[in-house]
Amino acid sequence: MTDVLHELLRGSLDHCVKCTICETACPVSNVTPLFPGPKYVGPQAERYRVEGEPPDEWSVDYCSGCGICTTVCPQGVKIAELNAHARQAVKQARGFPLRDRLIARPTVLGRLGTPVAPLANATLRSRPLRALGERLLGVHRSAPLPRFAGRTFRSWARRHTSPPAKRRVVYFHGCGTQYYEPDVGRQVVAVLERNGFEVVIPKQDCCGLPLQSNGLFDDARRYVRRLAGALAPHARDGTLVVGNATSCTLMLKREAREILGLEDDPDLALVSERTYDICELLLELHHRGELDTDFRPVEEVVAYHAPCQQQGHWMGKPAIELLELVPGLQVRELTARCCGIAGTYGLKRDRYEIAMATGAGLFDQVRASGAGVVACDSETCRWQIEHGTEAPSVHPIELLHRAYGL
Amino acid sequence: MRGGRTYDTVVVGAGVSGLTAATRLAEAGASVCVLAKGVGSTHLAAGTIDVLGYTPDRVDEPGAALSAFVAERPEHPYALLGTAAVAPALRWLTEHVAAGPQPGYCYVGGGLDRNALLPTALGAARPSALVPETMAAGELRRPDPVCVASARVLRDFHPTLCAANVSRAGVEARAVELEMAWERPDANALGLAARLDDPGFRADLAAQLAPRLRPGERLGLPAVIGLRDPHGAWTELERRLERPVFEIPTLPPSVPGIRVFDALRAALTAAGGRLVMGAEVVGAEREGGRVTALRAAGAGREVRYTARWVVLATGGFASGGLVLGQDWVVRETVLGLPLRGVPAAGKPRFSADYFGEQPMARAGVAVDASLRSPELENALVAGAALAGAEPWREGSGEGIALTSGLRAAELVLESEGVSVAA
Repeated sequence: MTDVLHELLRGSLDHCVKCTICETACPVSNVTPLFPGPKYVGPQAERYRVEGEPPDEWSVDYCSGCGICTTVCPQGVKIAELNAHARQAVKQARGFPLRDRLIARPTVLGRLGTPVAPLANATLRSRPLRALGERLLGVHRSAPLPRFAGRTFRSWARRHTSPPAKRRVVYFHGCGTQYYEPDVGRQVVAVLERNGFEVVIPKQDCCGLPLQSNGLFDDARRYVRRLAGALAPHARDGTLVVGNATSCTLMLKREAREILGLEDDPDLALVSERTYDICELLLELHHRGELDTDFRPVEEVVAYHAPCQQQGHWMGKPAIELLELVPGLQVRELTARCCGIAGTYGLKRDRYEIAMATGAGLFDQVRASGAGVVACDSETCRWQIEHGTEAPSVHPIELLHRAYGL
Repeated sequence: MRGGRTYDTVVVGAGVSGLTAATRLAEAGASVCVLAKGVGSTHLAAGTIDVLGYTPDRVDEPGAALSAFVAERPEHPYALLGTAAVAPALRWLTEHVAAGPQPGYCYVGGGLDRNALLPTALGAARPSALVPETMAAGELRRPDPVCVASARVLRDFHPTLCAANVSRAGVEARAVELEMAWERPDANALGLAARLDDPGFRADLAAQLAPRLRPGERLGLPAVIGLRDPHGAWTELERRLERPVFEIPTLPPSVPGIRVFDALRAALTAAGGRLVMGAEVVGAEREGGRVTALRAAGAGREVRYTARWVVLATGGFASGGLVLGQDWVVRETVLGLPLRGVPAAGKPRFSADYFGEQPMARAGVAVDASLRSPELENALVAGAALAGAEPWREGSGEGIALTSGLRAAELVLESEGVSVAA
């Protein structure tokens, strides 16, 4: 740990007054006895950990890293960040399974799967092959895996020219858009262009978040530094970076510094401060009176779920404010905790049941909401919600795109 | 590009006073946003609505006691607010909980006419104006004997200790401890409450309790009787056990407190109010006698919130609304407003008697009857940040929070030309 990070994390420890508010919000400890909760494995256990000494604990590895404990803590303790480090030390000591190295590299999987998408998708949906994958790799046979789109977002972006405009943004699309949901990327670009932005789409790679959440910190640092290096030249003159994956934008905004300790990287410092979630940006536009609100009616009931890492932006729920601008659209806010997936957590053989139990409350709320569609900012959460409820789940931008009639 | 957001009113703090002020504003049609560093005091408080419990003698009729109480304490928040403002605030909360997300769950009690006297986790008597329906049968003025039961796995609740103190208060009481299968070494209140939302678990619990209870006894349980459906869970236990059942507040996390938070948050968001969790206010911009914007922590950068009105509901020392620095200077942390009640330099700040009168206890923001600091015309203060009260000794915390939160909202509305019905 760097000195700055050590000060930030360990320095926050003494602010813990054991009020248990983090425990009331933790989605995992409330469904499994295997995780004793953020307070126990966090501020309490941290006092007994000595840097450099091998950890003698396993329960912290059941933390899904959703980060909600830090967001609700009224005393400012960096609970999730402390736990991420403790988890990393445990995994480091035990060794990283091949599965974790593999599922933490969406770029590698994307490049392998995209050219052979029909075959790859058939493989991932074949029950015997998934059973085999569970035995050999430890990826649960029922876990929600996305479909390769077969064409990347970049293949479209290369041919697309954004009309020159007075204001510009840099689009950080992330791996989910690149390999699985290129349509979301096109909708983001169209909505931004509709609002008078020229959209620059530099060549880019993974932010490293899955590596970080699997404890592969060195690899994660390489990825996020490379991404910041790719985005920074376009962000120098005040241009903002906009992303649609709230977990990945949180990596740029906060986690790369507060978990990976990259506070000295000048590219990252610049990008971190300028990165916006797409809904956050559009809401600020609206509050300045600059958002095009010429929406067509969308007669639909939509249930909105804010992913845990979206809440880690400390920006409220801008998607709700935006969706409420669309005539006819009835927005129902879901208040249940996490969907359970936490990126790659719920894919694992020994975590899948916990993830589904975590999401059960949310799934119940979705079913009871009477909504025809669920809006949610994070792709892995959308896939998990569809898996848990069969309700179609979209990025909020898809509804705005429809309302613009684009 | 200059970032940020704009609302009519920004409320700082998501405890009872902040959520009350924000909900009242949102329901009147104002655009309002609550900025909160984290979840507030609700999750730690008992969930009862205490208006006035001690002056310092125990108060049975809070309404009657209030006028003498404020006459002696002209700088107390109740004196500034006017005692007539308390009853509407209690009514407001009762209506909002009744209309809240827990079906059928409501607050009951004598209100200003008569304090309920309910046992705490230690079995001490606590005077409260309004109480959750699930606690009401714990009234210690009733003669019928009490059985306090709990599961050993809930390590922070000790029925034997509770029952012993209830006996000392004059009500016959005994304790029952259940051995409950639990998949981890200890349970917390929230974990048990979630289980009690499940009818199957309730039936098992009732079956385990029934043979241990004696005829004529009422049953006190730790306050874990349901989180999503406390009314359903509680009525079912009463029906199955054929006797009054009541909840006793626990150590944190407080399930009845979480129910209050859930009800107020639901009312706030249903009315179009916004809540930003994690957004600690780190700076303010002023122009003359007005605050024009607040700067709050966002991931990666500060976010600027522009507002015509600011309601400061940040709490006192315990919540970080007030801070006593290493230089022995007390500061209000968001706007740096002038304080009142801080012991002068050289005078004692604390007394060695923990539960005695603490010289520092009444420190808070100095405001007039318009809840404004003389320094800022568009910032109003509500709740435990106000000077002049000692809520934990007076048993007045929720009464002050609700009454001042509601008043702050109504003062904003009046200034904006919105008529406020009494």
